[in-house]
Amino acid sequence: MKLRVDGLSVRFHLPGAEVHAVTDARFELREGRCLALVGESGCGKSVMAHALLGLLPGNATVTGHAWLDGGDDPLDLVAAPEKVLARQVRGRLIGLIPQSPAAHLTPVRTARAQLAETLRELGRTETPDLLADRAGLRPDDLDRYPHQLSGGMAQRVANALALAGDPPLIVADEPTTGLDRPLVDATMAELRRLCDDGRAVLVITHDLRAAERVADEIAVMYASRIVELSQAEPFFSGPLHPYSRGLLDALPSRRFVPIPGRPPELTRLPDGCAFLPRCPLATAACEDQPLMNGKKVACHHA
Amino acid sequence: MPESTMPEAGEPEAGGPEAGGPETGGPAAGGLEANGITVSFGRHRVLDRVSLSVRPGEVVGLAGPSGCGKSTLARVLALLLKPMAGTVTVDGRAVTGWRHRAPQRTAIGLIFQQPRLAVDPRFTLFDVIAEPLRAARRPLDRAHELAEELGLTPELFGRRPHEVSDGQLQRACVARALTLEPRYLICDEMTTMLDASTQAHLVGRIEAYRERAGAGVLAISHDAELLHRWADGNVRDWRQTLAAA
Repeated sequence: MKLRVDGLSVRFHLPGAEVHAVTDARFELREGRCLALVGESGCGKSVMAHALLGLLPGNATVTGHAWLDGGDDPLDLVAAPEKVLARQVRGRLIGLIPQSPAAHLTPVRTARAQLAETLRELGRTETPDLLADRAGLRPDDLDRYPHQLSGGMAQRVANALALAGDPPLIVADEPTTGLDRPLVDATMAELRRLCDDGRAVLVITHDLRAAERVADEIAVMYASRIVELSQAEPFFSGPLHPYSRGLLDALPSRRFVPIPGRPPELTRLPDGCAFLPRCPLATAACEDQPLMNGKKVACHHA
Repeated sequence: MPESTMPEAGEPEAGGPEAGGPETGGPAAGGLEANGITVSFGRHRVLDRVSLSVRPGEVVGLAGPSGCGKSTLARVLALLLKPMAGTVTVDGRAVTGWRHRAPQRTAIGLIFQQPRLAVDPRFTLFDVIAEPLRAARRPLDRAHELAEELGLTPELFGRRPHEVSDGQLQRACVARALTLEPRYLICDEMTTMLDASTQAHLVGRIEAYRERAGAGVLAISHDAELLHRWADGNVRDWRQTLAAA
């Protein structure tokens, strides 16, 4: 199984404005590997996840390709009709671990009822208890309603739901938001285990320390574009893009200084490098949009 | 009960935005103190004789796992929740009224973990920041200054919460907490939802305010690394706080 995102762009049409949410994204993700997509809030990370699952609202236009290659016939997730996405892709080929799992669950039904429904819809023969056991839940936990679950238990129920159809690709959209550090570490360890079991895992997060624990590769997104795509180890020891350097320097364990300025509005992106106004390395050359072109970084000076 | 003009930090600020003729000569010593606080929800005892104090000008970090009662203590200290037992004193004066009946309420600013749940969805971003000034009948200039300081551009002023990112909304919430120049600030998991750069920026703004106004800051988080950096080692572990009762 391989996911190959090729020139993926997403635009939202608003009255009087166009939001450039994702621009020309390119990356590959194979089974047994984990890619973390990191960046500031509002840079387009979550939109990418929703685009892969065909879950964008009606005012969105998606162009480019996202090939899901399972051996015989590669499927383009961008071009696939809703029927195919609903019957073959969601839950079966791609499992989504959502942001704030407790809010994602139906509040008036027990965890067991929701797991049972998912298994039935996917045509699986396993029982909710077996699934729960795999996700580290006790059978009586399943009889609880979402408001009776702790953050960690809700996370495990969400994981169990995402894994119900045994999908080869897992997309985790900010899976650790609002969790405390031990729970973040546990969630990341769980994602790593899914990876080591032979699944491909795409983690979308703003938490660099969480990304460091799980990822083989890091993709840094800034103002709708992937600006750096590196192996995790060299990334954390020596990031290439000045934006990546700024993000890492902002960590409390490092210099704890913010990147000056603020990210541009996605409705009014400049023609040149979007990081130019905040960049310590900026020169006249930066008026031209830097592109990856097969390199690890989209920067004229890196 | 007198109109709730809150005591100002000693620093004279010539030409500042304060036009309401605030009381001068704020108390020299004091602090925000909780003693033997007990809170139960139904049969569940959330806080059991917890004590904690924050002196003016200092940062106290409070660490503990989620669900241990940190946020409940924050609400008691911000005078938003009346404890079943125990006392809160603000600069030496015991608190007798809670919520809107607490005259000291505006001396304490509270910043919540989830900005989206902490703002009225019908307000524009500017209304969110200006609301405490309007309630206190003060000029709105300070709202503009604070918005600028926190990196919010004028084009965001007219947007509603659902039209901005979490980071932008939390910047507005920090600005709102600073509008009435509180003597104490309680930051309850303020940056948990935010990226590293926004986190460093918001903490930097609060530190600048603390240094300028001599305010006391209680930083609550489960992120020990952040607290140690922010409070420069002055971190109370939740278990210690309980034991100190």
